[in-house]
Amino acid sequence: MADIKLSGVRKTYANKVQVIHGVDVAIADGEFIVIVGPSGCGKSTLLRMIAGLEPITEGEIAIGGKRVNNVEPKDRNIAMVFQNYALYPHMTVYDNMAYGLRIRSLSKADIETRVQRAAKILELGPLLQRKPRELSGGQRQRVAMGRAIVREPAAFLFDEPLSNLDAKLRVQMRLEIQKLHRELRTTSIFVTHDQVEAMTLADRMIVMNAGVVEQIGRPIEVYENPASLFVAGFIGSPAMNFIPGQRSGDDVEVGEGVRVPLPAELRAAAPQAITVGVRPEHFVASGGGGPVFKLKVDTVEALGADSMLHCAFGGASLVVRVDGHATPEPGSPVPVSAMAGKLYFFDSTSGRRLRP
Amino acid sequence: MEKRVVFQSKWLPYALLAPQIVVTVIFFFWPAAQAVYYSFLVQDAFGTSSQFVWFQNFTELFHDGRYVESFKVTVLFSTLVAVSGLAISLLLATAADRVVRGAMAYKTLLIWPYAVAPAIAGVLWAFLFAPSIGIVTYLLKKMGIDWNWIINSEQAMLLVVIAAVWKQISYNFLFFLAGLQSIPRALMEAAAIDGASPTRRFWTIVFPLLSPTTFFLLVVNIVYAFFDTFGVIDATTQGGPAASTQILVYKVYHDGVKAADLGSSSAQSVILMLIVITLTVVQFRFVEKKVQY
Amino acid sequence: MVENRPVLRFFQHLILIVGVIIVAFPLYVTFVASTLTYDQIVTVPMPLLPGDQLWANYSQVLTAGSQKGSSAPVSAMLVNSFIVAIGVALGKISISIISAFAIVYFRFPGRTFFFWMIFVTLMLPIEVRIIPTFKVASDLGLLDSYAGLTLPLIASATATFLFRQFFLTIPDELAEAARIDGAGPLRFFWDVVVPLSKTNMAALFVILFIHGWNQYLWPLLITGQESMYTVVIGIKRMIAGGDASNEWNLIMATAILALLPPALVVVLMQKWFVKGLVDTEK
Repeated sequence: MADIKLSGVRKTYANKVQVIHGVDVAIADGEFIVIVGPSGCGKSTLLRMIAGLEPITEGEIAIGGKRVNNVEPKDRNIAMVFQNYALYPHMTVYDNMAYGLRIRSLSKADIETRVQRAAKILELGPLLQRKPRELSGGQRQRVAMGRAIVREPAAFLFDEPLSNLDAKLRVQMRLEIQKLHRELRTTSIFVTHDQVEAMTLADRMIVMNAGVVEQIGRPIEVYENPASLFVAGFIGSPAMNFIPGQRSGDDVEVGEGVRVPLPAELRAAAPQAITVGVRPEHFVASGGGGPVFKLKVDTVEALGADSMLHCAFGGASLVVRVDGHATPEPGSPVPVSAMAGKLYFFDSTSGRRLRP
Repeated sequence: MEKRVVFQSKWLPYALLAPQIVVTVIFFFWPAAQAVYYSFLVQDAFGTSSQFVWFQNFTELFHDGRYVESFKVTVLFSTLVAVSGLAISLLLATAADRVVRGAMAYKTLLIWPYAVAPAIAGVLWAFLFAPSIGIVTYLLKKMGIDWNWIINSEQAMLLVVIAAVWKQISYNFLFFLAGLQSIPRALMEAAAIDGASPTRRFWTIVFPLLSPTTFFLLVVNIVYAFFDTFGVIDATTQGGPAASTQILVYKVYHDGVKAADLGSSSAQSVILMLIVITLTVVQFRFVEKKVQY
Repeated sequence: MVENRPVLRFFQHLILIVGVIIVAFPLYVTFVASTLTYDQIVTVPMPLLPGDQLWANYSQVLTAGSQKGSSAPVSAMLVNSFIVAIGVALGKISISIISAFAIVYFRFPGRTFFFWMIFVTLMLPIEVRIIPTFKVASDLGLLDSYAGLTLPLIASATATFLFRQFFLTIPDELAEAARIDGAGPLRFFWDVVVPLSKTNMAALFVILFIHGWNQYLWPLLITGQESMYTVVIGIKRMIAGGDASNEWNLIMATAILALLPPALVVVLMQKWFVKGLVDTEK
């Protein structure tokens, strides 16, 4: 068990392309951290730097208080679960889990105990003598986790471990990982591009974009208090609506004659070009207290419990979430109002959230 | 394509490469360099002194009627081997691609000649066609054909072509069959629904789609006819009669080993090297194209 | 195929049967000749049904060789052929797999240079460098030795490329997992790369065994003593001169013995043989 500390971590490739632009984060012992971001944002690279698979160009990574920049992966006391599982195809499940322990010259009895214990936790008992190709995707995933568990490492590193599973299994494995973490309480870093996984698994999440950490925080905090346009658009499903507008006095003009009043505390520092953000679930039929949008339904996605209305507004399209039992027909007008306290204001140029 | 993961070691990769590099340098590069060097030398009759003569060996070769003749023989021989070998194999592969029953048995019975050494293939066919006792010679005589490849140049050529093709059919057959089986069945069905007859389908769909395989095999067969048929020739005609089956490789061997004319033989080796390099480049460019395809 | 036309199907089988007969005919005649007496063979036309000399001919060549040409026993030649074929196959596989491993899994100065150096050997078949190679072998004292028969043949660009292609298909994560598990390069090579390469090695072995067995020009040059002949050379040495003066019954028995081992390898290991053939040409 250990804490992990990243200070000023940068990564530049030989061709001078910088992919990680300085990351600072302190991960507490036993914490479950999810690094989330779109593909190519550098999240996997960052994880691989922690694992020791990629050299660190600048900055420092410490595991358990010890600087590990020049420590070989095997000596960092970490275990990793890969997206494609990376099971040794010619070894049985048992041997896959035991391989690392054998290299570390553990006694046969020790290996047996550890593998059996991991197999019990992951319900792999009956599969121990099978080869990876005889297993289903979910079972392989479990073996990959088993291989990490038997090592009893200071930290687990997960690199998009659920991406190769189908939707149903993904949910199931997500729950199992949660359960596992509750039992083992090992520091874990989990990389994913799926914001649902991030929301459900994380103690704290790190939202990354283009090699930069956009925001670090508890999931609900990030959802309710996004630091930037990027985070606001990435976290939450369906994504937040963004309506570009111009400042006009104490209001923001967003087109079609709608004026959104700028909260008093933001007025002092507000720029000219402002983007207003409203989550689809923060539109209400009436009495929201915020500005009223006279929308017309273009298309409807009926999901059962609720429906998503896609409506034209200005040049853009707004998504409104409504109760599944009260879905209007396409073409019909829907006047909605935004909930007053749930409006977000961003500087259109920098993408930063306006703060008092 | 490159690996993302690499191991670090200052000496290990060199140690791992060493055996192959040592063998390559001693038995490939050094002799090849020597061949080039010798090709610029003329030795006296006793082999005691030699003189550097620049390209004299090469110019002499191209003014030597026998060498030019050997070139022509090689071109004729490899054309006959490649064309007839490909045609027969394609016919067999097309037939095998369409059968359901006995496919495996046919395949097994057709591929085993690959295992026969060219020299042995030569011996087998030389025996069948032996002028006085050969069983095929006997049948030909019955049909009124006088057969004696020991003295008849064209028959000698025919004999080495037959032996060389026979040995190579299995190889071509396997590649054609693989090529045919990779053509999607749906394509053939679509063409059949469009009303194309089997013959028409072959020429308008199968043959064009097979062209990468055909081209590849063409190069392989030419290389085969140029170099690997040495055993066939040496076990049958030994280049005769009157050098009518003396292909370039055989002449290098003959002039270098039997006639001990080092300079000329080396110059011939260098020309052969240039031919292989050309063929390899052609093949390599083709492989690159195939990747895109 | 698409339609069901009995006439077409009949022709397919006809073509194949004719093909099989033409391909098999020389083998059949060879076999028949190997069971006849010399006098029976030189009677024109020779009989086309097997005779009763099978045991006599084969035991003669295996134990004593022919009488007029080479008199070395064929059994010794077969042993030589086995040693050469297995030596060439195993030698090529071992030096190629380690050099491919070095090229794929390490970055080091000169890597590209060595890669091209191996590649260029494709362009230097033994036939174009016969005499200088012979000189090198003779200078190194390799004439009439197993080392001389095998060493010059064991550098192979094709095998190196085959392994390189295969290693590139092994997922990167496997090496990463091994690194995290604590395996160094050699351990990873033995525990993961070699077991995963088994099929490739088997396929390559089949092709290289046949290739080594059928070598002709090189053994012809480098062997002077009969005790070092491979069986393919042995046959050639048995053919002394004109048609009728050869002991065809013995030559044909030797031919059968010479083609049987590689033919059996092809037929019995057909799956690997086809894989090897197709892979090495990619």
